[in-house]
Amino acid sequence: MFEIKKHKILSPGISLYEVYAPRVANTAEPGQFVIVRIHEKGERIPLTICDYNREAGTVSIVVQAVGRSTFQMVKLEKGDNFLDFAGPLGQPSELIEESDEELKNKKILFIGGGVGAAPVYPQIKWLSDKGIKADMILGARSKEQLILKEDIKKTTNNLWLCTNDGSKGETGFVTDVMRRLKQSNEMNYDLIVVIGPMIMMKSVSELSLEYGIKTIASLNTLMVDGTGMCGACRVTVGNETKFTCVDGPEFNAHLVDFNEAMRRQMIFKTEEGKDLLKTQKETEEHNCSCQQA
Amino acid sequence: MDRFKKIDVKVLSPEVRKCNFEEVCLGYSEEEAVLEANRCLLCKKPACVQGCPVSIDIPGFIAKIKEGDLDKAGEIVFDSSTLPAICGRVCPQESQCEGKCVLNKKGDPVSIGKLERFIADYTNINNSLKIRKNPSKGLKVAVVGSGPSGLSCAGELAKAGYDVTIFEALHKPGGVLEYGIPEFRLPKDKVVKKEIQNLKNLGVKIETDVIIGRTITVDSLMKDEDFKAVYLASGAGLPKFMGIPGENLNGVFSANEVLTRANLMKAFRDDYDTPVFVGKKVIVVGGGNVAMDAARTALRFGAEVHVVYRRGLEELPARVEEVHHAQEEGVIFNVLCNPLEIIGSEDGWVKAVKCIRMELGEPDSSGRRRPQEIEDSEFIIEADSVIMSLGTSPNPIINKNTKGLQLNKWECIDAEDVSGKTSIEGVFAGGDAVTGAATVILAMGAGKNSAAAIDKYLTDKYLTK
Repeated sequence: MFEIKKHKILSPGISLYEVYAPRVANTAEPGQFVIVRIHEKGERIPLTICDYNREAGTVSIVVQAVGRSTFQMVKLEKGDNFLDFAGPLGQPSELIEESDEELKNKKILFIGGGVGAAPVYPQIKWLSDKGIKADMILGARSKEQLILKEDIKKTTNNLWLCTNDGSKGETGFVTDVMRRLKQSNEMNYDLIVVIGPMIMMKSVSELSLEYGIKTIASLNTLMVDGTGMCGACRVTVGNETKFTCVDGPEFNAHLVDFNEAMRRQMIFKTEEGKDLLKTQKETEEHNCSCQQA
Repeated sequence: MDRFKKIDVKVLSPEVRKCNFEEVCLGYSEEEAVLEANRCLLCKKPACVQGCPVSIDIPGFIAKIKEGDLDKAGEIVFDSSTLPAICGRVCPQESQCEGKCVLNKKGDPVSIGKLERFIADYTNINNSLKIRKNPSKGLKVAVVGSGPSGLSCAGELAKAGYDVTIFEALHKPGGVLEYGIPEFRLPKDKVVKKEIQNLKNLGVKIETDVIIGRTITVDSLMKDEDFKAVYLASGAGLPKFMGIPGENLNGVFSANEVLTRANLMKAFRDDYDTPVFVGKKVIVVGGGNVAMDAARTALRFGAEVHVVYRRGLEELPARVEEVHHAQEEGVIFNVLCNPLEIIGSEDGWVKAVKCIRMELGEPDSSGRRRPQEIEDSEFIIEADSVIMSLGTSPNPIINKNTKGLQLNKWECIDAEDVSGKTSIEGVFAGGDAVTGAATVILAMGAGKNSAAAIDKYLTDKYLTK
């Protein structure tokens, strides 16, 4: 059992949990993920690590309600437990392999979309701890979904916000901000790291290829075990099949077959959709977490 | 009674069992077990024992069944084997103990596997297993992986008096026994859980959700957590694919994925959240035990199942009993053909598989006749999904993250025969992680042998002065 030490509702249906998992906290690095489960009948859900504190033995994750298991998960509160919390899994971010000198000479732009802001955070924080402030574009559908913006603001140099509905920051997609920056000759980065919905990462990748900027994307594919056993997370990178769980989750975005990756995400959509409808019906009658927020 | 004819074991009828996940083989009753035991000649030099990778005293326990002393029979079996209720169900007895039985010359061999299963179930159900272990030696040993090899090594070391902790990457102990072998062949609560509980009763600790090489390294286990020896039994869990066009289409799965969803995650039960998809018509590619498990699982989800295998029926590597059960249940075998390409629909789902007919040519280095394509014999089988069951290779997570651990050319851990010694002092390895995908019983045998080697290593180093 892994106890929830802190719980914060970031937005309706999106919760941040600080979980006591000393073994995971001890070896976690930016870019890695964990697999969590809340009860005996629940799914194994892969979630990118959002923060970790080796001294306190805690690891933070952000959960968005999208399927039956995650709907139940966002109802957890401080003092509740995750039944399973396994990790850290996957390869750490490439950045941690580089020397401080190399990093200081690098202009890095992070782009986060929706809950994708959460897994971006440990990377910018890791850099910020080294005295390196990167830039970031944070986008979401609406201002409610612009999560962690205060924490991110503290650890970045320039932070541009954008929302599809214009309720906060610039109106439009993250790619619109990229285009504006390009027009004003500010798009002079050596590296872009993008994390968010697959369709957003695809759009960013297409644009950054045009701009000639190396881009890393963190893929959120389907997974069961997360240790290389099932192959559900297969993705084509540069005409080679890779397993996101052990070879990734971060890949050179310009080599990723995003169309295939998006299609493969839909494999269980109908099955999950069924569950989702069932869960929504159940929660309509008693939905505390939403009202709180 | 006819000494040369075995007592048939009761099984669920194919019509009933193909619609549920209940155990197919019902096992012997006590009366049947005694009758079958009475067929045993109790050879002075028993060939069957030589055929058993963990050297169970087979005539010994069968003699006790004959006498009706079932508690003693159970004790004898558990003395040599940590997991007899499991082995009685999944061992390929026809090529091991039963294959060596002298009765083969005149008729059916003694059903040793079914007797082992009977006596292990009897012992487990009646909790009649006495805990017999040496006093504590005060030394910690880590076992990596809770599959058959790890469990058997842990059991032996615990009996010898070591303080053993098993580290398991998944949320449930058992390894392939839990995620791979289906419920209808190996019941989880009744059998696997029970035998793991026997180990816990011996004092073995199990920590789940720990991925060695990621959560903690082997080095750190020894330096920071004071484990004096480590046994690596991480298995061969990485699925192979064919590398043919269309393999990443929606609806192409590894057998591991389908089986893990069905077994570990219990997707066949409505009250569990994890989904599974097989569609109306499934092609299973491969002919091993895992292919049979995947085919029979897909069948139970309501699909029409075709096994596509490049050699002939005779050459299927799966156990005879599994093939027989699969055929009875209605799995269709398309042998001597091989997939060339998976054809997708416009929306990227599997629509059909393009195959080619094969024939058997000259024997290759392994002595098996090499399958070769028959020119211009391509044909199409329509399908909603394809399950690839082409074997597995060792998981790279430990191998890549353990400094100084030598691998062989197949990327398996390089370990000394019998002892399982690796290139790192105090680190031993065995089971599929060393041999590549093999059987439960061979993995168990390796675990038992390594336990003896670890005992010797630790005794020499710390306990003999």
